[in-house]
Amino acid sequence: MIIKQASDIKPSEITPKSIYLNRRKFMQQAATAGLLLSVDAMLPAWAKKWPELKNSPYDTTDKINSFEDITSYNNFYEFGTGKKDPHKNATEFNPQPWTITVEGECAKPGTFDLEDFMKPDSLEERIYRLRCVEGWSMVIPWVGFSLADMLKKFEPNSRAKYVEFTTLFDKSRMPGQKRRVLNWPYVEGLRIDEAMNELPIMAVGLYGDILPNQNGAPIRLVVPWKYGFKSIKSIVKIRFTETQPATTWNQTAPKEYGFYSNVNPAVDHPRWSQKKERVIGEPFWKPKRETQIYNGYGEQVAHLYRGMDLRENF
Amino acid sequence: MKNISNKQVSFLIKPVVFILCLLPFILLFWQALNDGLGTNPVETLSHETGQWALRFLLITLVITPLRRISKINWLIKLRRMLGLFAFFYASMHFITYIWLDQFFDWREILIDIPKRPFITIGFVSFVLLIPLAVTSTRAMQRRLKKKWKVLHRLVYIIPVLVIVHFIWSLKADYTEPFIYAAIFFILMLMRSIRTEKKAYEKKALQV
Repeated sequence: MIIKQASDIKPSEITPKSIYLNRRKFMQQAATAGLLLSVDAMLPAWAKKWPELKNSPYDTTDKINSFEDITSYNNFYEFGTGKKDPHKNATEFNPQPWTITVEGECAKPGTFDLEDFMKPDSLEERIYRLRCVEGWSMVIPWVGFSLADMLKKFEPNSRAKYVEFTTLFDKSRMPGQKRRVLNWPYVEGLRIDEAMNELPIMAVGLYGDILPNQNGAPIRLVVPWKYGFKSIKSIVKIRFTETQPATTWNQTAPKEYGFYSNVNPAVDHPRWSQKKERVIGEPFWKPKRETQIYNGYGEQVAHLYRGMDLRENF
Repeated sequence: MKNISNKQVSFLIKPVVFILCLLPFILLFWQALNDGLGTNPVETLSHETGQWALRFLLITLVITPLRRISKINWLIKLRRMLGLFAFFYASMHFITYIWLDQFFDWREILIDIPKRPFITIGFVSFVLLIPLAVTSTRAMQRRLKKKWKVLHRLVYIIPVLVIVHFIWSLKADYTEPFIYAAIFFILMLMRSIRTEKKAYEKKALQV
């Protein structure tokens, strides 16, 4: 099930996947030749951590954004409200050690070390499109594991209708939390069938290396068919609930940010259109691109919303 | 400072101020050519031109109280130029929207302007600046006589609209528009105190 590329992107603009993937081969060859230490300095920063990642069948072939774009233009209010703030303010953040508390409607709750989930064989690279509610988009090569596989281990019971995620709340480590621009801690949620879908991942890496702090280190959610703010960062708690979680942006402005927040060009944000998106990395004189329903992942997720009024359940 | 001649104002101070006012534009232009506008260049251009328009509106409003306090009378000669720079940056902001943001999608623009309150109010602010720019010449000032003063009182309303436009464009964190609002409030307060005082003095004279 390869996601079709958007028709308005010229093939010439796309980095051939073979070139991008070559680095893995290169790493392997370097390792076999016993040269890894000496060539290590020559390698780009992103090519170090996991040299042998599986590819995902859900990868997009859209042009991947640069490491710089992905790590210097972030909405992560825990480190400041400006787009450049997280890059600047998250440098001191130390995400080690890290534990995740699992609670609520499940048979195996508890507190787990992040390392418990970081089994190398479960990790894969997933190149996903990200569409921000503000009207811009990127293509990001995450490293992560299936959210569904993770959640199943806790054995959610029949009352587990939703999954709630919570970001770390620690003003001394996340300076943006000193100001109450949002009602901390940041909370997001998914319906259980959304969470158990094949697409959502828990990302622990980017560009083949561990996740930079400004992108939600050490572990974050990635839900590619929903607006970016649903993909909550630096998660410390997962809770299975019977009722719909009270999510941060929904609480902040209920008319503007719905619980679902599926990417949908037909349903505008009350203050701006969602029909098009600015593709980050494109020259600025280029027009915006048409936004696709479910950010182009309809084949995998449209069935979740069958019979639902998407205008009501925005 | 007070004893600067008319000639010096016209041939030295005004050109220097002109260049200074143009600097943000030159910088943006240079950055645009050199890939220096950041990850989302259109957003940067839009924010910068919009903010400079608002800043110049407020700088224009600073002139009158500053002149009164400092007693430097020639400051008044800079006011028109500063106001026109506010219009210049507002135009750049508008062009950024029409061209780089909407890419001349006129159908979409015509839907967007009335439908999105923050765009509507931004557009209204820009439209209201046009008559001020057009009637900014001395000839127009003479021709309109008392009406000119009434018309140019719009300059006290436009910043309010612009600040609301700014607030409505944000998702959270209203610190920046709040700072501009505070500056505007202080400037207006200085004027109202002055008006009160004048009225009081006039009364006192009559008695």
